[in-house]
Amino acid sequence: MHEIIEFLDVSKRFGDVAVFEHLDLAIGTGRVTALVGASGSGKSTLLQMINGVLVPDDGRVEVFGDPVPDAHHSAFRRRIGYAVQGTGLFPHLRIDANIGLLGKLERWSALELDGRIDELMTLMDLDPELRNRYPHELSGGQQQRVGICRAMLLRPEILLLDEPFSGVDPLTRDEIHERFGELMRVEPATVVLVTHDMHEAVRLASELVVLEAGRVLQAGGVNEVVEQPANAAVARLVERVHGVH
Amino acid sequence: MRPSPGWSSECTVSISSGKTPAWLCAGPARRERGRRTAGAAIAGLCCALLGPLAAAQPIVIGSKTFTESYVLAEIMAQLLEAEGHEVERRFGFGGTRVVFEALRAGEVDIYPEYSGTITQAILTSGAEFGTEEFTAELESFGLEPLATLGFNNTYALAVTGDTAERLGLTTVSDLADHPELRFGVSHEFHDRTDGWPGVSTEYGLPQTTVGIEHGLAYRAMLEGALDVTDAYSTDGDLARFDFVVLEDDRNFFPSYFALPLVRRALAPEVKEILNRLADSLSDAAMRELNAEVSIERRTFGDVAGQFLRERSFVAAGQDERRANSLAANLLDNTIVHLKLTGIAVAAACVLGVGLALAVHRSRPLSRAVLYVTGLLQTIPSIALLALMIPLVGIGQVPAIIALFLYSLLPIVRNTITALLTIDPLLKRVAAGMGMTQSEQLRHVHLPLALPHLLAGLRIAAVVSIGTATLAAFIGAGGLGEPIVTGLALNDTALILQGAIPAAGLALATELVFELLERRLVPGHMMTSRLPA
Repeated sequence: MHEIIEFLDVSKRFGDVAVFEHLDLAIGTGRVTALVGASGSGKSTLLQMINGVLVPDDGRVEVFGDPVPDAHHSAFRRRIGYAVQGTGLFPHLRIDANIGLLGKLERWSALELDGRIDELMTLMDLDPELRNRYPHELSGGQQQRVGICRAMLLRPEILLLDEPFSGVDPLTRDEIHERFGELMRVEPATVVLVTHDMHEAVRLASELVVLEAGRVLQAGGVNEVVEQPANAAVARLVERVHGVH
Repeated sequence: MRPSPGWSSECTVSISSGKTPAWLCAGPARRERGRRTAGAAIAGLCCALLGPLAAAQPIVIGSKTFTESYVLAEIMAQLLEAEGHEVERRFGFGGTRVVFEALRAGEVDIYPEYSGTITQAILTSGAEFGTEEFTAELESFGLEPLATLGFNNTYALAVTGDTAERLGLTTVSDLADHPELRFGVSHEFHDRTDGWPGVSTEYGLPQTTVGIEHGLAYRAMLEGALDVTDAYSTDGDLARFDFVVLEDDRNFFPSYFALPLVRRALAPEVKEILNRLADSLSDAAMRELNAEVSIERRTFGDVAGQFLRERSFVAAGQDERRANSLAANLLDNTIVHLKLTGIAVAAACVLGVGLALAVHRSRPLSRAVLYVTGLLQTIPSIALLALMIPLVGIGQVPAIIALFLYSLLPIVRNTITALLTIDPLLKRVAAGMGMTQSEQLRHVHLPLALPHLLAGLRIAAVVSIGTATLAAFIGAGGLGEPIVTGLALNDTALILQGAIPAAGLALATELVFELLERRLVPGHMMTSRLPA
């Protein structure tokens, strides 16, 4: 059976530098998969090939059982939520407009849109008073929650998260993790999470893909990777988690 | 006075070929024709837009920007009005070249010109005034000289009474012994062969000279910043400022008999009426009329009307020309000014923003567009206005085109820069979350670029309001009209009648854009908010 996201013999270069060569990878439907690795390992590139923001030079990426479209992506991409590092909130839009933008473009009724925004903000524990603020008036943690709300607006089947929880203090991050876990219980989706933080990966994901310099060192269930690291490099990454445990 | 910028003796007219004169000496005929075609296309477009301007067919009378020209034009206008003709006054053209071209193009029917100016600066065959050749050459332009008015307003060199006394100067020859004297002459005199180049050679004058606007030259003389300037024998200001005219002891300067220069197509009865003015003005009489304006501060209309009544050209009881009230003039000029800048900036906004949107994804194209619009900016405004004349004639259309070209740079540059500097992360998110190209543009790119786009528009609008005052030089009217006239008359009050409302308009524009920005842009993104 096909998985919801599959990389088939994918190669990707930036100029002369090959990021991936002949990569094969499947990401399981309905699970939370974390792509982990140091910066430069290619994890963010991999993520952006899923919604077609980046296009492979060779091979193909299949999502929902079909190749990622070359053009007219918008309908395809609206089935995929997207939240990024530094939140990427639009500075000229208030919080409700940021979260509700895609709903407006989908011509939802004001009532429906309002209700959905309220629902998401409640799930992510955001004070309703924040609706009329601009992004810069919110704390970093609040902005990250808004970013998640925006990505979830259209109830996407896939949610792509590109280090969306980085840059906040550990206490706040733990709270956001908890809220995110709650959201995923209420509105399950296939989640691909890019992070360099092994704690975060272990906490949120059920599957791990460990990357180094464009190679997949190990892919499997979290327990499998943690208990039986495939090599020394994976072991080093995992040790950090054990150290805390 | 016969000063004005914009005429170069090198830009001479060849009529022997019977072709269009090459007003622009810059390029070969082929380029000239291309420009004309392009110009005609633009003009056609603009005429279509501004069509309703020309309804009736009054006789259009022009003048240059100095007292005598205004007075003579006004005399002709009132005489024709007294005879029941409808007259449109389009006074204050910025130079011989401008007003002559306007006459040739049929945008003006009549203006007062001088025999010497025609032979020296318009015709190139060297035909003597009054000869058949002279008339024939003008005929080839479709023009006709009417009877001379009597006086000879020739060029002269003038010094202050103090300078004359201190150095014992009485003739032009005397100047050769004083190389330390500082010369400043009107731009037209500076370049004309019958002006500085000729007189300095003839008399062996060692000094160099700078070009300066005539009204300002008199001021500079009074302030002691200049010693010698060009003047005109019927200039009313000479007595007012106690200037001494140096005798042309070698008879260098040709004669400048004033006459109405008209289009041949003008109705014979109109020419007949104007010919009644033949020999009606002596040198002294003309100097007196000029002084009435420049010293007694009477209006051109008053002075002209009085002259016509006293000489019985019109009946004594005949109603004097209604002088427009200050408020009415101000309102008219302001409306024209707003129209010029409004149309130009609006068009530049549509094209500029469109252009920026079209090219901003390509760096080389963006760079090319910025270079070209930047290049336009380097053309001095008066030169750009002058360049417009052979392409689209005179009046509001070329003024609007010139202002439009000037407005492009700030709008295009700010829009391109704003679009290029949008945070790439935001662009990626907008695309990645599934917005179409047009949705990205409308909901993300343009709103993010809006503060800088508005700033560019604002600069364009304010600069246009300033630049549009120069449009009066090519007969476009607006608030530049009192400024140009005031400069010619050395009349500060008149200059302020244009300058103050123009400054007011600029301030009001600032205010409007500030309100606009407040409405359209969230507070934290406003560019006009200065750091505390």
